[in-house]
Amino acid sequence: MHSICSQATAVPRSNFAFDSHAPALPTSKPINLRFCGLRKEAFGFSGLTHSCSSRVRFTSRGHSKRISASAENNGTPPKSFDYDLIIIGAGVGGHGAALHAVEKGLKTAIIEGDVVGGTCVNRGCVPSKALLAVSGKMRELQSEHHMKALGLQVSAAGYDRQGVADHANNLASKIRSNLTNSMKALGVDILTGFGTVVGPQKVKYGKVGFPDNIVTAKDIIIATGSVPFVPKGIEVDGKTVITSDHALKLESVPDWIAIVGSGYIGLEFSDVYTALGSEVTFIEALDQLMPGFDPEIGKLAQRVLINPRKIDYHTGVFATKITPAKDGKPVTIELIDAKTKEPKDTLEVDAALIATGRAPFTNGLGLENINVETQRGFVPVDERMRVIDANGNLVPHLYCIGDANGKMMLAHAASAQGISVVEQVTGRDHVLNHLSIPAACFTHPEISMVGLTEPQAREKAEKEGFEVSVAKTSFKANTKALAENEGEGIAKLIYRPDNGEILGVHIFGLHAADLIHEASNAIALGTRIQDIKFAVHAHPTLSEVLDELFKSAKVKATALSHVPVSEPVAV
Amino acid sequence: MANVLQTSFLPSTSSLRRTPISGSKGKSPVLQVKAKIREIFMPALSSTMTEGKIVSWMKSEGDKLSKGESVVVVESDKADMDVESFHEGFLAAIMVEEGGVAPVGSAIALLAETEDEIAEAKAKSQSSSSSSSSSSQKAVEEQPKQIEEAAPDVPAASSVAAAPPVSAPKTVALGSAVHPASEGGKRIVASPYAKKLAKELKVDLWTVVGTGPMGRIVAKDVEAAAVAGAVDASPGKPAPVAPGIELGTVVPFTTMQGAVSRNMVESLSVPTFRVGYTITTNALDALYKKIKSKGVTMTALLAKATALALAQHPVVNSCCRDGNSFTYNSSINVAVAVAIDGGLITPVLQDADKVDIYTLSRKWKELVDKARAKQLQPHEYNTGTFTLSNLGMFGVDRFDAILPPGTGAIMAVGASQPTVVASKDGRIGMKNQMQVNVTADHRVIYGADLAAFLQTLAKIVEDPKDLTF
Repeated sequence: MHSICSQATAVPRSNFAFDSHAPALPTSKPINLRFCGLRKEAFGFSGLTHSCSSRVRFTSRGHSKRISASAENNGTPPKSFDYDLIIIGAGVGGHGAALHAVEKGLKTAIIEGDVVGGTCVNRGCVPSKALLAVSGKMRELQSEHHMKALGLQVSAAGYDRQGVADHANNLASKIRSNLTNSMKALGVDILTGFGTVVGPQKVKYGKVGFPDNIVTAKDIIIATGSVPFVPKGIEVDGKTVITSDHALKLESVPDWIAIVGSGYIGLEFSDVYTALGSEVTFIEALDQLMPGFDPEIGKLAQRVLINPRKIDYHTGVFATKITPAKDGKPVTIELIDAKTKEPKDTLEVDAALIATGRAPFTNGLGLENINVETQRGFVPVDERMRVIDANGNLVPHLYCIGDANGKMMLAHAASAQGISVVEQVTGRDHVLNHLSIPAACFTHPEISMVGLTEPQAREKAEKEGFEVSVAKTSFKANTKALAENEGEGIAKLIYRPDNGEILGVHIFGLHAADLIHEASNAIALGTRIQDIKFAVHAHPTLSEVLDELFKSAKVKATALSHVPVSEPVAV
Repeated sequence: MANVLQTSFLPSTSSLRRTPISGSKGKSPVLQVKAKIREIFMPALSSTMTEGKIVSWMKSEGDKLSKGESVVVVESDKADMDVESFHEGFLAAIMVEEGGVAPVGSAIALLAETEDEIAEAKAKSQSSSSSSSSSSQKAVEEQPKQIEEAAPDVPAASSVAAAPPVSAPKTVALGSAVHPASEGGKRIVASPYAKKLAKELKVDLWTVVGTGPMGRIVAKDVEAAAVAGAVDASPGKPAPVAPGIELGTVVPFTTMQGAVSRNMVESLSVPTFRVGYTITTNALDALYKKIKSKGVTMTALLAKATALALAQHPVVNSCCRDGNSFTYNSSINVAVAVAIDGGLITPVLQDADKVDIYTLSRKWKELVDKARAKQLQPHEYNTGTFTLSNLGMFGVDRFDAILPPGTGAIMAVGASQPTVVASKDGRIGMKNQMQVNVTADHRVIYGADLAAFLQTLAKIVEDPKDLTF
C-alpha cells in the first residue's frame, strides 16, 4: 500500500521521481523514490489504490518518450546551439526558470517584449499588494471601535490618492529592477523583443520595425503569461471601464464602482476601493459570490468582507453590455439572467472594473510552425509541461509554463513549473504536485487555501471509496489574534481519517496567506497529520491556529502504527 | 457542515401538535397526526455555551427547507456555525431576529410541515413571542456592544417580521430630481451603501430625493430622510407655539427632543464653570452696517470673530474625550445654535477661521435653509468644536448656556445695547455693549484660558478690521 511503499523507499522529502533510465546522476540519491510526486494532475491522482507496480508502469511510460527525445541530443555538441535554454517571457515563471537554469549550469537567455516582471510584478500581485497594504491600514484607522478597543485614539484618517498610486508604482519598479538585476548578475541574457517559435529549437525575436534575430536553443520554455479577459460586449476605455491593468494605477477613486466577477481579483479590488471610500456593486455570473473558494470559507468571507461593507451584489447575471461614461452620461451596464438570458436590470455607475479572469497571451507565438493548436488560447501540455501538438504527440524540447498553459494561473505556480522543467532538461525527472501549491487572496482578513475544497474532496472520496473528515479551528480561540483584536476567522482541514493524509487546508483570518505554508509544505512532502501534530509552534503565535487544527483531527489508530518520521533521541 | 450539531434540532416532543383548524372538516384524520409545527431551538454548539447569537438567517419565512439544509448561522462563544434542519418543512416564523440572542434550548423559529400551516405557526409565534420577543429584544439591548464588534452586519437585519417598517413620511419626497436611469421614476437608482442604510434605518427609498451624481440616491440622502422622518414623526403635535399645545396631555419627545434631552443630561457629568465679559460693539455695528448689503449677517460676523480668537487660543477649541487628555481639534468649526420647530439644532460653520466672511455668510444662509427644511447632513450639525448661542435678538442681555457634550466650550451672547459708560479719561459716554458668557469644561479649559480668550475676542470685536481680511 501507499504508506508502506513510500516508507520502504526512504525518507519522504521531495517530489522527485527516480529516473532509472536517464544517465544516472551521481548526485541523485534514492531520496527521489518518493512517488507521491507522481501525482499527475491536480485532481487526477488516486491516493488509495497506488501500488508499487502501478508506479513502475507509470514511470516507464513517461520514459519511453524521454529516451527518444534525449537520444537525438546525446552527444550533440552544445556549441551547435546558441543557448541551452531560451525562455520566452520574463514574468515570474520565466524568472524562476532562468534562475534555476543558471544554478544548474545552463546557458540561458530570456526574451521579453514588454517589461521584465510580467503581469505579477507590473500589473498584478505586486502593485495590488501595495494598494492592499494601504487599504488594510485605512481600514484599521477607520474602524473606531477597533481602535477604541485597543485604547487608541486616532482622528479622521485620510489619504492622498496620488501618494497611494505612487507607492504601488514605486513598489513595482523596485521589484522589477530587483528581478532584472538578479538575472543580469547571474549571466542570463535578456533579449528584447517579441519571441516567436519558428521551428524546432529555433526562436526569432525582435522589436517592431527592426530586423529579427534568430537564436537556437536546446530547450525552449514558453512563459508568455496572460492578459485580462474582457468578455464581448464590454467596451474598455481605460478610464471609466477598466481592467486590473488600469485599476492598479489608481488614477481615480470613483464614488461607485461595479466589479464584474467576484474571484480573487474582484475581491481584492473591492477591499481596496471600499477602504478608500468607494461603494461597490459586484456582478457575478454564478449563483454565489466567490465561486472558487471552499463554500464554507466563501460564506464566512461574505459575512465579513461583503455584508458589513458598502457593497451590494447581483448574482446569476451576465453583464452583456458595458458602455463607458461619456457626454455626461454614467457608465451603463446591461444585465441579463445567466440562465434564462432575459434582460434583468440596467445599472448606472461611475466606473466598472472587469475582473472576469485572465486569457492566455499566446497570439503570435508561431505555434502553427510546429503544428501546435491552442485550446481557448492555452497551450496544451502534459503533466511535465511538455507541449502537445495537434496530433497529440509531444513536441520535443518545447515546454510551456504558467498562465499560458492554464493549469494553475498563479505566479508561484508558474515559477514552480519552470523549475520543474529545468529539472527535467537537466536530467532529473520531476512532476510538480499542483495540489501542494497554495493560493491566497489578500483581503482583510486574508483567505488562503491549498489542495482540495470540501466538495472536491468528497467527490473524490466517493469515487475512490475512502472516508473524508473535516476539522476546524477558530481564530477566536487564538491568543495572538485576540491580542490584535482580530478574532474573526477559521481554519479548516480536510483529511483522510484512515491514513492521516491532508487533502486540503483553507484559512480565513489574520495573515492567512502566511499561515498556509505549513499545510502546503506538509502536502508537498507527504507529511501526515499524525506526524505534524507533534511539531511545536511558538506561543503565542497565529501559527497555533494550524497547530490546533492538526491536533483536533481524528486519525484512526490503525494509521498511527507506522514509524514516526524521526526516532526519539535524547539530547 | 454542522453534522456534529445533529442533536441541536431537538424534534420537539412538546411541540405544538395542532388540531385541524375549524372549517377544514373534510380533512382526513391522518393529516391531523402528521401535521405538526416544530420548534427550532437554539443549539448548544459547545459545552460552555449558554446562549447564542443569531448571526444570520439563511432562509426567510415561508421558505421551504429540506433535510440537512442550513437554516441559520449562530455565533457561540467560540465560533460561528451553520445550523441545519433535520426535518423537511417550511420555515414558518422567525422568533429571534438576526442579531438577537437566545439562551440555549429556547425556541428561535417555527418549522411547519406543510405550507398551509405557515399562517397558523405565525399566529402561534406571535402569541408566544409577545413575551419572548420582548425578552430577546432586551437581550439585544444588553449586548449591543458585543454585537457591533462581532458582526457589524447585524443591524442590517430585522426587516423580516416584528414591527412594520416605519417608512419615512411621503412629504420628504418634495423635490423631483429624477435620475435619468430611473426611467421617469419607475426605478430607484441608489448606491450600494444607500440601499444598506435605507434597510437599516427603515427608510423607503421611493420617498428619498437623490442628490448624488445624476440624481442618484446616496447615503447622505438616506440619512437626511431618516432624520427628517424622525423629526416629522409626530406631525402637528409638539407645536412650538402655545396655541398648538393641548393642555393636560403628555407628549413624548420627538427624536430630536430626545437627543437634546440625552445631551443635556450627559452634560451633567462635565465639571463646567462660567466666565463673563462685556464687549463694546460700536465698531462691529458700524462694520455690519457697511457690509450688510453684501449679504453678511451678524451671526457670521460673530462666528468669524470667535473663530479668529479661537485660533489664538487653541485650548479653548479643545475638548476632553476620555477624562485623561486634551483633544486639540485640528479645525475650528463654530456651531451656532438655532431653534427650529420643536427643537434645537446646531449647524456648523466649518473652518470659520479660514473661510472669508462673505463665503461664511453664504454658507450660514444655506445651513439655515437646510435646517428649516430638515435636510442637514450629520456632518453639518455634529462636527462643531465650539458653540455659539445668541439670544440677543430677543432682547436678552445675559444668559448661561449648557455645554454640549464632546466640546470644550460654548459662548452665550446677549443683546448689544446702548449703555452709559465712563471712559478712562473721566468722561461719560454712550457705547453699545454686549455681554458674553462662556461655559467651559474645566478639565481642559481653565479660568485664565477663558479670560485670555475673551480679551482677544473683545479686541477683535472692538477693532474688527481683521474680520473682512
